[in-house]
Amino acid sequence: MTDEHSEHAGGAAPEQAEKTEQAEQARTDQQGQTDRQAQPARRSLLGWGGAGLALGAATAGGTAAALRTGNDAEAVSVDSGAPVPFHGEHQAGIATAVQDRLHFAAFDVITDDRAELIGLLKDWTRAAARMSQGEPVGKGAVGGPDWAPPDDTGEALGLKPSRLTLTFGIGPSLFDGTGKGKGGSKGKGRNKDRFGIAARRPAALEDLPAFPGDNLDARRSDGDLCVQACADDPQVAVHAIRNLARIGFGKVTVRWSQLGFGKTSSTTPEAQTPRNLFGFKDGTRNISGGDSAALDKHVWAGKKDGPDWMAGGSYLVARRIRMHIEIWDRTPLAEQETIIGRSKGEGAPAGRRRERDAVRMSAQPPAAHVRLAHPDTNDGIRLLRRGYSFTDGSDGLGRLEAGLFFLAYQRDVREGFVPLQRRLARDDTELNEYIQHVGSAVFAIPPGVRDSGDWWARQLFS
Amino acid sequence: MPASVKSRTLIAGAAVPLLAAACLTGCAEKSKDGAEDGGVNVAAGDTACKVSDTTFPAGHVELHVENTGSKVTEVYVYAPGDRIVTERENIGPGTKADITTEIKAGSYEIACKPGMKGDGIRQKVTASGKGGTEKRDPKLDAAVASYRKYVQQQADETVPAAQKFADAVKDGDVEGAKKNYAVSRIGWERTEPVAESFGDIDPKVDVRADGVEEGQKWTGWHKLEKSLWEEKKISAADKKVADRLMTDLKDWQKRVGKAEITPTSMANGAKELLDEVATGKVTGEEERYSHTDLVDFEANVQGAQKAYDLLKPVAAKKDPELAKELDKQFTAIGKLLDEHRDGETFVSYDSVGKSERKKLADGVNSLAEPLSRLAAAVAA
Repeated sequence: MTDEHSEHAGGAAPEQAEKTEQAEQARTDQQGQTDRQAQPARRSLLGWGGAGLALGAATAGGTAAALRTGNDAEAVSVDSGAPVPFHGEHQAGIATAVQDRLHFAAFDVITDDRAELIGLLKDWTRAAARMSQGEPVGKGAVGGPDWAPPDDTGEALGLKPSRLTLTFGIGPSLFDGTGKGKGGSKGKGRNKDRFGIAARRPAALEDLPAFPGDNLDARRSDGDLCVQACADDPQVAVHAIRNLARIGFGKVTVRWSQLGFGKTSSTTPEAQTPRNLFGFKDGTRNISGGDSAALDKHVWAGKKDGPDWMAGGSYLVARRIRMHIEIWDRTPLAEQETIIGRSKGEGAPAGRRRERDAVRMSAQPPAAHVRLAHPDTNDGIRLLRRGYSFTDGSDGLGRLEAGLFFLAYQRDVREGFVPLQRRLARDDTELNEYIQHVGSAVFAIPPGVRDSGDWWARQLFS
Repeated sequence: MPASVKSRTLIAGAAVPLLAAACLTGCAEKSKDGAEDGGVNVAAGDTACKVSDTTFPAGHVELHVENTGSKVTEVYVYAPGDRIVTERENIGPGTKADITTEIKAGSYEIACKPGMKGDGIRQKVTASGKGGTEKRDPKLDAAVASYRKYVQQQADETVPAAQKFADAVKDGDVEGAKKNYAVSRIGWERTEPVAESFGDIDPKVDVRADGVEEGQKWTGWHKLEKSLWEEKKISAADKKVADRLMTDLKDWQKRVGKAEITPTSMANGAKELLDEVATGKVTGEEERYSHTDLVDFEANVQGAQKAYDLLKPVAAKKDPELAKELDKQFTAIGKLLDEHRDGETFVSYDSVGKSERKKLADGVNSLAEPLSRLAAAVAA
């Protein structure tokens, strides 16, 4: 799978496809006249909840188009370097317009002390709230006592907040202590429910099954906790993870981490669609961060979904997908386009002219990735994708150690990533020649931190 | 160290109460007949150490020592924390010796050591003048003095242990040398930051192959480690290296007492020992041929813990949470090391797998992070 699987003709049921297509076309035509600054941002969208709901029944594009006429002064402009609000109903970093850079870290909890874990979550939340607003951790990086190491490590001094978001999640292994995490394992006799939360594990947080073709590296998979740091400045993202890891010493240990660049998905449909390392536009039809109806339907866990503590949260699947770059680069253009189901230059679906033209199934090659990943051929499954490209140098054989760090948010893993990937692993045979899933993790993403008295996953531990 | 506490209290007061109190202790007698040149007379007996002036101006100071006893003696001037300012050994019965030194304003102790052993008979003296050292918590001076004693003791124990190792090398006994290698390093590893403060000793005795600078001859433990484990034979040059190692270690043993040690340097030294573990031992780089890294690891931790234990009374008062955390993490890392014990020693580090190494690294991080805050908790 590349990052295309949520291809959708606009988030509507198949019978509405034609109408949707027209709306999409209208929106695309508008595109050229749209001032960059007029792009909707998360904050302005939240203020438009009512309109969003009403329009949500139509299409994502429609919602976005309507919003463009909203109060733009309130928007966090994509390039402004401004802060993204930390507090809210949902965690930032999901519906937030995708930032340019990523530092993602998975942690194992090495303490067995529930109070100590809670203390860490409070400390982390406090630090995260500060960093997201461009403030240093604790008492800062300078000006403290000469004899003490500074609270903040200092490399973000003088940098803008850069729309830093820090999104926190909990892996299955924290609930049962038997997951592959094993972070706190002291050998035999380990307490399987060391934090007393086993009964509160969401059913939607399913351990991912083994998919055909997986070649997972345990050292790049799983984790008791995760933090996704996204920012427009890579140093801001790295600073955030580094400081959280430092605060966590003695309680958690970094299990693995991943740097990402060149966002491969956009949650702002007006923005130019980014390209992945195969050179193709990716995520043209991603769920828009402004499409509250689609978010509620596909991304946010609702009250009725259970458990209560997850209401307003989401579920994240992270997959490290290695791309066989050199092999791909030797593939003729026509074959590349056939494999993906889009033109390389414009990004138009097979048989169409413009990138945002609706996918026409009849024109899609039988094994095209767009066809196989499309919601219309997958019972309407949609994921909110937030992946990034990665290049971790070379692999020792002279090949790029590169690929897609796939991040997808969804309401229920069992009805999202799992059935979709089961299908792609089986049927997406042409693309699968060029990719390999080498890392995997799944996390429950608790709801947002409401205010300065609230903290990550408070509801779970209350 | 109650005597030291008293002297500290006195310095805060004026000169008159100082003298009065000093006399009350019965340990100092003000002599009115100081030396004519303005120096200080020291009568070093078998049971007393009489000083003609307990207060003298800072700057150039001459001590006129006379051994009035029956044993060979030595005289030391100690700064707070028992740092040796100057010393003279081997003063025979009935003989005299002059010691000249530069002394900054502050409080000191003059010690006579009949028989040239022990802490000696001490007299508190004051070098008066401007720019004296700041008043420090006497508990911290006591901590520094105890730590210095510990460091000296480690050096004193290392020399014979290293001699055994060096002798085996010189005998061409590969197996014997291997057996004595790691053990010979324990005292050094426990107190390495103090040795490193001299600058010139560490590169001679503990440098690794990658640390040898251009034009520098590779000497010390690790050169021999390579011969023993990698080349599996002892060359004629190695035997010279063994001799050289002993010369350098004896030099270290002699100089330890003069090292500048402060409460903060103790605390930072403890942190540095953990840094050593984090960068050299956990990675297996330190003992890359012998794989005895865990022996060094434990010695580093023990040395750090010693410094912490001595500073704890002060640190715990200023930052009780920190002390609690450090107690916990020192215990935790001890338990972690226990998992790798093999009889008297530790398993070979090349048999410790990646996930086990990660756990050790986690333990080091868990301890080193709070340890990095110890210096601030004991700084004035």
